[in-house]
Amino acid sequence: MQGNMACVQGAIYAGLHFYAGYPITPSTEIAEGCARELPKLGGKFIQMEDEIASMAAIVGASVAGLKSMTATSGPGYSLMQEGIGYAYITETPCVVVNVQRGGPSTGLPTKISQSDTMQARWGTHGDYTAIALAPSTVGETLTETIRAFNLAERFRTPVTVLLDEVMAHQRELVSIPKKGEIPIIDRIKPTVSPEDFEPFAQTANSVSPMPAYGEGYRYNITGLTHDPMGFATANLKEITWKLDKLRNKIMNYRSEITKLRTAMMDDAEIAIISYGTVSRAALLAVALARKAGVKVGCIQLYTIWPFPEEELQDYCSKVRKVIVAELNMGQMVNEVSRILSPEIEIHKLNRYDGEIITPLQLLEKLEEVM
Amino acid sequence: MATAEKPTKVEQKSDVILKYLRPKKKFPSVWCAGCGNGVVQSAIIRAIDKLGLSKDEIVMVSGIGCTSRMPVYMDFNSLHTTHGRALAFATGVKFARPDMKVIVVTGDGDALAIGGNHFIHACRRNIDITAILINNSIYGMTGGQGSPTTPGGAFSTTTPYGNVEKHFDPCSLAKAAGATFVARGTVYHAAQLEKAIIEGISHKGFSLIEAVSNCHTYFGRLNRRGDAVAMVKNFKEVGVTTAKAKTMNEEELKGKIVIGTLHEDMVKTEFCDEYQKVINARQGGK
Repeated sequence: MQGNMACVQGAIYAGLHFYAGYPITPSTEIAEGCARELPKLGGKFIQMEDEIASMAAIVGASVAGLKSMTATSGPGYSLMQEGIGYAYITETPCVVVNVQRGGPSTGLPTKISQSDTMQARWGTHGDYTAIALAPSTVGETLTETIRAFNLAERFRTPVTVLLDEVMAHQRELVSIPKKGEIPIIDRIKPTVSPEDFEPFAQTANSVSPMPAYGEGYRYNITGLTHDPMGFATANLKEITWKLDKLRNKIMNYRSEITKLRTAMMDDAEIAIISYGTVSRAALLAVALARKAGVKVGCIQLYTIWPFPEEELQDYCSKVRKVIVAELNMGQMVNEVSRILSPEIEIHKLNRYDGEIITPLQLLEKLEEVM
Repeated sequence: MATAEKPTKVEQKSDVILKYLRPKKKFPSVWCAGCGNGVVQSAIIRAIDKLGLSKDEIVMVSGIGCTSRMPVYMDFNSLHTTHGRALAFATGVKFARPDMKVIVVTGDGDALAIGGNHFIHACRRNIDITAILINNSIYGMTGGQGSPTTPGGAFSTTTPYGNVEKHFDPCSLAKAAGATFVARGTVYHAAQLEKAIIEGISHKGFSLIEAVSNCHTYFGRLNRRGDAVAMVKNFKEVGVTTAKAKTMNEEELKGKIVIGTLHEDMVKTEFCDEYQKVINARQGGK
């Protein structure tokens, strides 16, 4: 099946019951798939008037108790940032899929890109901690979409899935997991009485239980910085507490979120770091280079935010050089430079003409840096 | 002295209001003394009380602005969202839970400027949401800037030489966009406003109730309309019922505010109902 349909299947597997979206290339098949499939399952699909409204509608549906998702591409993702920020501060679980195209602006609607890597981290204003995932195959699109829903529910936060035009439209064999094969996480509901309920209470893991509207816990949700009761606050300690909570509930549990894959890194002197579609070329390039006796390995990031600092430092502890390959002018490479030892040479391979990075290009780069 | 223990009519009325206010929320509200928002809030509460709705089944959604602070004070499921988007959030809530009563409170800037697109599309879908638009012809929270309902020639902090733009009539806009219940009231005609809200909530489909209100702090001051009392008194003078308006010509209606039910369509189908039919057909057709 197509990557975009794998995303739909993954979402349904995870319990998606509400989709709101606006047509945009190259993500539209996700909306079309949800429009077709959701009513069969008793779920809801709505085409909203724009991406701002789509994001607002999925937050509304989530607080009403349904697992919700929207999908878009760069221009729509920009419009959604307002609502994504609202989901961060109100701690509303939801999934936003961004099938990336080249930018800025309308850019390259039918061409591949990874130029929203930083938008997925810093897209909306203010301080917050983001979770973003980047699969590299159609099959992984299915499983990473499931993981996105699980993380959204577990941490009460919006989660971005970064796909790209090539992955969205290519077709590969996918096995849909059987029911129960992949565990599904649902948000925790409160057990206290409505009188004792504090909607944004500090808990041991900083994630507050979340009732659905209509379950008897009549509480306030606001985009204003708020106290544990959900009311706007100007109290300095409460402001700091709220922002710390948004960070700590994710950063203190990074091990649950981080996911990387390495290949041939044991004795590697050079590491290729990549994510998304580029990782496919990296795997092949490394296999070919190994045949020629080059000690090279590759590291693929599935979780790109929060950035897997410690894991990368660990994997790169023995390498002399790294190549960061991305379909943009160099976004993740700055994160890599920030965290790796200054003794490690950092090289970058970028492409931003709307075409993929090929294994041959990676091999040429390898030759150049060796 | 048994009569002395009996609560007065005013006390009885305030008991109804207090029943629906949030016990833990610290008052006073953010509104200026004399603001029309309080009158509208009371009308909403009395309407809900008379309809006998449970607090749990009501979701009150708002955007940003003076009016949009209202849900925070009330003991319902409340969603104070981003500027202009209340109807889009409310669409998500209502579509997810069609059994709940979704009420949106919004202002003229929130609903008609930044939220104009969401406004017309909520009307077009005829989704069963009750939108109460408090129209005070100005941006209050940000300090008196011109809004889409600021009349031509009127002064605001962004129209210091008089407004050169034309203004919207929210009721005509809603009707044209497909809303199936449209009514107008003012903060002087509080009982009629309450009745309009009762009818709006009871109506199946998208309903708009425009509540013409006073911002004496900005609109009144900048346009020499006097204090809150003077502005509200003016609503009494310029308010004419729909029945009376029918007997008046265009010239006579100039400067008047027509109050009452302006449009009602009982035939057009409602969005959530129609989608439920799709679900039923897909699930039954398997």
